[in-house]
Amino acid sequence: MEIRVCIGSSCHLRGSYDIINLMKSGIEKNNLEDKVNLAAAFCLGKCGDGVSIKIDEQVISGVTAENFNEVFDTYVLSAV
Amino acid sequence: MSNEQNVNNKKSNKTVATTLRKFDTKVQYLKYKVLREVARHTYDDTLTQSFNDIAKTIVKDKATMRCCIYKERAIVSQRIEMASGGHKEKDNIVEVLDIACDECPIGGYEVTQACRGCLAHRCEDVCKRGAITFDENQKAHIDKSKCVECGMCAKVCPYNAISNTQRPCVKACKVKAISMDENNAAVVDESKCINCGACVYQCPWGALSDKSYIIEVVNLLKNYAGDTKTRLYAVVAPSISGQFSYADITLGQVVTGIKQLGFHSVVEAALGADMVAYNEAKELAEKGFLTSSCCPAFVDFVEKNFPELKDNISHNLSPMAEISKYIKENDPGAKVVFIGPCTAKKAEIRKDNIKPYVDSALTFEELQALFDAKGIELTELGESELNNASYYGRIFARCGGLAEAVQEALKEQGNEDFELHAVSCDGIEECRTALLKASKGIGNVNFIEGMACVGGCIGGAGCLTHGPKNKLEVDKYGKLAMEKTITDSIKNL
Repeated sequence: MEIRVCIGSSCHLRGSYDIINLMKSGIEKNNLEDKVNLAAAFCLGKCGDGVSIKIDEQVISGVTAENFNEVFDTYVLSAV
Repeated sequence: MSNEQNVNNKKSNKTVATTLRKFDTKVQYLKYKVLREVARHTYDDTLTQSFNDIAKTIVKDKATMRCCIYKERAIVSQRIEMASGGHKEKDNIVEVLDIACDECPIGGYEVTQACRGCLAHRCEDVCKRGAITFDENQKAHIDKSKCVECGMCAKVCPYNAISNTQRPCVKACKVKAISMDENNAAVVDESKCINCGACVYQCPWGALSDKSYIIEVVNLLKNYAGDTKTRLYAVVAPSISGQFSYADITLGQVVTGIKQLGFHSVVEAALGADMVAYNEAKELAEKGFLTSSCCPAFVDFVEKNFPELKDNISHNLSPMAEISKYIKENDPGAKVVFIGPCTAKKAEIRKDNIKPYVDSALTFEELQALFDAKGIELTELGESELNNASYYGRIFARCGGLAEAVQEALKEQGNEDFELHAVSCDGIEECRTALLKASKGIGNVNFIEGMACVGGCIGGAGCLTHGPKNKLEVDKYGKLAMEKTITDSIKNL
């Protein structure tokens, strides 16, 4: 699975680095290092609604530290 | 004059003022008009058949710059050639437009009319070469066969009657790459030229010019704007902060404008500068002596004039190249265009080790031409965000910023006991002095920040405006960065 977190300006200002950190620890906690490849992206085209992440071909926007666990469960844990 | 006419007059005056305020000089304005027309015709696929039309659009039916419209149009054709990429067989970015070269006088030190034939004759007294003689009116003359152009006579004359006539291009070129050919036209020695563009900005006739890749960029935009596989990235230099403020245009509006041109994303070169500062601090602590590698003209200068110091140039890529490399690693289909103040960057992107990362480069002048070719009116646009880098990455744009950033990175890396003795060289002459000392082992400097342009990148030849306020703008822009430290800025990359 390929996960890309947008670090473009809008998402950066909305806290994309926090999301990357949460993502890293989520992957670690669930021992998914072999299955998930985490990388950065510059702009996923949803600037008004960041932080955006892209999981394989699907873009999920509006990710925040608050809803992160829900997003992680729905799109990562259930899919790997 | 009626009131209505008055109002109209005021209006037209205002338009002229706004157009001119974009640039420091009319030479820049002329160059811009050619670039704009070339870009416009490239968009319309009509460039090849429009050479004559462009010359006629710019030089209408009356000569305003030279002896006649035919000479003016001939010069415009040379400008079109430079706007279209210049001579492909020449690697040098800066070229001479021989028709535009006004073959300025090169007299050197000369006695002017202001000489009053005084009694003191300080000029004679100070001249070690005995080059000064006097005529029957006691007025001084300089024997050019003896004169060595030391300038002492001019210094001591109480009437400032001795002037030094030098060509502006020769005076601007601190690496002494410009000389005259047999017809007295300027010639650039490519083995010495570092493409800093100082002559381009200083020549009052616009007879030296940097070649432009604007056609390349227009073609990239035509082919890939909106493409979801091949995405276009604009990497902008932090010196952009003060560049478009002529009509209260904000940086956010400029970013929107760049996106409207068809770029998928706009990224700060300053994020690359954060990466460079971090790695350079480590490299410095390890090696003990280093010069910066950010400024391509400085790197070129070291390689050409101080080959023995070549290994001391930081092995980091420049901020432009670092961030572009990062973009391409994360998006293999990406195409990157650098937008900055620099003419030397145009040479850097053609180097074998940089070529894979950066596809093309524009100056701010060329960006302005591109906006106007597309009819993008910046003042009417909404603002987009631009925030990828830290304060320290952004202040790379002005002299002293790099050394400050390296100091900060050393601190953040817990290397505080490493004593940084940095010298920030403001312009190529200061670079030469620092390098000369370093090559002879004089002084205890362990880091040389080399900036070929006076003031740093904000003094670059491709800037729309040059002035002291640009430094303030860069610092102000730096303080707006969300990330306060270099580590914060790059730790998640």
